[in-house]
Amino acid sequence: MQSWRDNPLVLVLMLGPGLFWLVAFFLVPLGFIWLMSFGERAGPAEIAYTWTLQNYAASLDPLYLGLFWRSVWLGGLATVIVLIVAFPVAFAITFASPRVKPLLLLLVVLPFWTNLLIRTYAMIAMLRRTGYVNLGLENLWEVAAFMLTPVGLGGLIGKQFQPYDLLYNNTAVVFGIVYVYLPFMVLPLYAALDRLDRSLLEASLDLGASQLRTFFAITVPLAMPGIVSGLMLVFIPAMGTFLISDLLGGPNSQLIGNVIERQFKAANNWPLGAAMSFLLLYLTFALLLMRAWFAGRQRANG
Amino acid sequence: MSQLPTRIFTRRRLLRSGVTVAAVVPWLQRPAAAQTREVVVYNWDSYIDDVSIPAFEDASGIRVRYELFASNAELFGKLRAGNPGYDVIFPTNHWVARMIAGNMLEPLDQDRLPLLGNIDPVFMDPPDDPGRRYSVPYLWGTTGIGYRRSVVPTPTSWSALLEDEAFAGRIALLNSEDSLYSALKFLGYSLNTTAPSEIDAAVELLIAAKPRIRTFAPDTGQDLLLSQEVDLALEYSGDLQQVMLEDDDLGYQVPEEGALIWEDSMCLAAGAPHPEEAHEFINYVLDAENAARIAEYVLYATPNAAAKAMLPETIASDPAIYPDDATLARCEFAMYKGEDVQRMYDEALTRVLAS
Repeated sequence: MQSWRDNPLVLVLMLGPGLFWLVAFFLVPLGFIWLMSFGERAGPAEIAYTWTLQNYAASLDPLYLGLFWRSVWLGGLATVIVLIVAFPVAFAITFASPRVKPLLLLLVVLPFWTNLLIRTYAMIAMLRRTGYVNLGLENLWEVAAFMLTPVGLGGLIGKQFQPYDLLYNNTAVVFGIVYVYLPFMVLPLYAALDRLDRSLLEASLDLGASQLRTFFAITVPLAMPGIVSGLMLVFIPAMGTFLISDLLGGPNSQLIGNVIERQFKAANNWPLGAAMSFLLLYLTFALLLMRAWFAGRQRANG
Repeated sequence: MSQLPTRIFTRRRLLRSGVTVAAVVPWLQRPAAAQTREVVVYNWDSYIDDVSIPAFEDASGIRVRYELFASNAELFGKLRAGNPGYDVIFPTNHWVARMIAGNMLEPLDQDRLPLLGNIDPVFMDPPDDPGRRYSVPYLWGTTGIGYRRSVVPTPTSWSALLEDEAFAGRIALLNSEDSLYSALKFLGYSLNTTAPSEIDAAVELLIAAKPRIRTFAPDTGQDLLLSQEVDLALEYSGDLQQVMLEDDDLGYQVPEEGALIWEDSMCLAAGAPHPEEAHEFINYVLDAENAARIAEYVLYATPNAAAKAMLPETIASDPAIYPDDATLARCEFAMYKGEDVQRMYDEALTRVLAS
């Protein structure tokens, strides 16, 4: 391959637009938010940049630390569930026939064609007391009542169907995160599994390892880059989500994302919101560093 | 943003340069090519009838660009870093005061609002905007309890939401300061209190109530009632009235301890690109017939005395829309008390939601 040194103009032309976009619309605004995190409110709509650390000090209040922890915990739980659900899906797509494969991949990407807000509202329509899940269960209940009551066993299932409260709790929030972020896990897993050399799996099976052992000793380690990318892609946004917890959550579902959103909206305290956002960002950087360290150690061992 | 294209494209150059530029410029907001007059109205969702806007366009020849916001906070956030092009905005009373303090509103020219006299004089000198220099009242309402009649006895006290065990798990509050206000009223305090001990007491009360609360809703209490997700909800009067049209088993009650009363106003955003058209629009809404049509449709209370006289008796005498004087005497407007007090309330709310 040609080195970029041979033709630096091409490199500049190709990198230019993307780089410009990143700097002008990501790094510069982010810089302003960073500055703001060291600012103070100087009126309803003004911020004085005073290099104060009080916003960071306020963010580390036990009240907010509890919410950071809840976000990490719920986001982490959802991420693990996503991994468990996504792995078989990615595996199945990898081994599907070439004719079906594009269709299956399309199905994975399909939810992106609708807005996140609409998808979350669709979850509400599914899970609420008068939603489709409860409606389906009610139908099942009626069938059961129809069969059991004549033989005197109607008492087993109660006099009337009681709909389940599926919404407005942390389970619903985790469920919502899993649903929304599933494709972010399936796609990198698929990319990793698709590259996997299948003769290695055959060799393992031929040499007498069980299916399970082959899976954990061969497939999982080889798919590790995909797993790690997927975990990052799901966990980082899940930790900062506020829409899902707002719409599906109950009285104990506030996440740090909700508090940050409120600082930028109702509370009108942008400096505090900025400091909290950056704490979340530092947490993310720490995770990425850990990942780099982990990868480096693996390479050293291998 | 709207300044930039004006400087680059004069009208003649624009016409000469033809199709390419014409295709690009609308994307940058095309003030130079604005042959038809325009006004940009930024209002709450479901807060006007279907007829008023087209009728105004036909009568005035002014094109209305109508956009929606969901909360005062959203409106404020959009405008605080500079007006992105809105003319007429509809903040709630204490946010009017906050926006005046932040230089985000333009004074109105009352000479250009000849129909301002339609407004009931009691609305003409509010503490948030003495003398109505910046705002014209649009609609008002209360924040009370929505409930399912067949399940819940009429909730005459905030205790139905905050203390009673009977409907545990069937209650929705709001994820805004309104929840704090109701707790303060229940405790017998002013909802404008700045005493930390009183705010703390409200926080304690709400935290103690949390096991019985299904959710702190983002202004969707009426939908939760309608879909039978809850049987009691803290909500705004008109939102409840609107769903009561769909389900007559729902009711609305202002508790006897008193509640929040509020008023949304029409204001001119600072730096509004079409101030003249904005005044015409506001004056159009002030017209008795138009204001009556809007009030009849959205089912909030109108401050327009001439319009109220034209409303059907069933609406004008409905105590859920126009509470009697004794009830109103117990209600309070929220005041803007500066950013520090605002912060105290937000931290209180965060403590409730995070605990």
